Amino acid sequence: MTTDETDLKSLMLAGLDGHAASHRALLGQLSGRLRAYYRGKLARIGRRGAGEAEDLVQEAILAIHLKRHTYDPAEPLTPWVHAIARYKLIDFLRRTRTSLADVPIDEADTIAAHDDNVDAESTFDVRRLMERLPKNMRCSIEAVKLDGLSIAEAAKRCGISESGVKMGIHRGLKTLAAMIARETQA
Amino acid sequence: MKTDELVTLLSTNLEPVDRRSIARTLYVALAGGSIVALGLSLVGLGVRSDLTTAHAFIFLVVKLAFAFGIVGLALVYLTKLARPGGERKTPSFLVIMPFLVIVVLAGISLALAPSSHWEKMIVGDQWLECLISIPIIAIVPFAISMWVVRRAAPTDLARAGAFAGLVAGGVSAMAYALHCTDDSLPFIAIWYGGTIALCTLAGAILGPRLLRW
Repeated sequence: MTTDETDLKSLMLAGLDGHAASHRALLGQLSGRLRAYYRGKLARIGRRGAGEAEDLVQEAILAIHLKRHTYDPAEPLTPWVHAIARYKLIDFLRRTRTSLADVPIDEADTIAAHDDNVDAESTFDVRRLMERLPKNMRCSIEAVKLDGLSIAEAAKRCGISESGVKMGIHRGLKTLAAMIARETQA
Repeated sequence: MKTDELVTLLSTNLEPVDRRSIARTLYVALAGGSIVALGLSLVGLGVRSDLTTAHAFIFLVVKLAFAFGIVGLALVYLTKLARPGGERKTPSFLVIMPFLVIVVLAGISLALAPSSHWEKMIVGDQWLECLISIPIIAIVPFAISMWVVRRAAPTDLARAGAFAGLVAGGVSAMAYALHCTDDSLPFIAIWYGGTIALCTLAGAILGPRLLRW
């Protein structure tokens, strides 16, 4: 097992336990790898816009975050990440009607191999998308995720219960992910 | 928006996650689906009245064992297929085993019986009822298992859908077995096996549409 795998996995496990800094480090490192992966894949079918690759990176990061309960700690992490990355790529190509035959979909774990830290802007703006969320979801995400308030403080500010805030964040992020998928439909 | 901002947003005030939620939700959902299936079978069709005889009881046990074997195996695979990349390390051909066993037993029982009995053994009295009931009773368990799988993150949607259909078909067959009075191994192989396979096929077709995330 590579050190990469070991490091990333320990970050993931800490993140699952609620350790925010580890989760942040994990998503940060993964976004570099995902960027290299998606840029490579899209370049091969002649789509070189950095924005599209960045859309995919953010879709995958959101999916990794929202689906982190599906990671089985008994298994290595990189194949799990790779499966999500690949699934989101295929889904994106299907949405944008690229012929699947044009894209070499790999079987190997190339996710861990390369890194690309040149950040780019995605083609959508999450903050603008967020304005379209229902009020309670938007308020919960803004309070807890952007302004860093505790769940209790957010509940007071949004005028809903604490479990309402938690649910609002979860549903809101899911809705955002769906909006991004629609938004990037070329 | 920069990816870095998104990462910050997602990591702020992170909540811990329950790692065992997939398997647990699946089992709870399956229990719920089974209760609905059982209720539908008992209220809609009623328990067979001859259960006190040894013959009827033995065949009930055979039918339940067949369906239970399917559900148990399918559930193990479904828990794996619900996770990203689960299809890679899951050679799911083992799930064919209960079908294979019942087909072999059916063949043996046909070989031992005079050919004049074959038609009765294969077609039974209620083949049409069986053909219709098992898929109908399977609808609710199917919907519930698809819902649970969708909340996870399957990456092979056709296969995950197929296994959700298989689980639902198996649960439904267990419920229907309480009513069914056709007691022959060829009947179980063809009509139980066939309808469960039908549910699996329906799941495979619906999976890519219903399971997207």
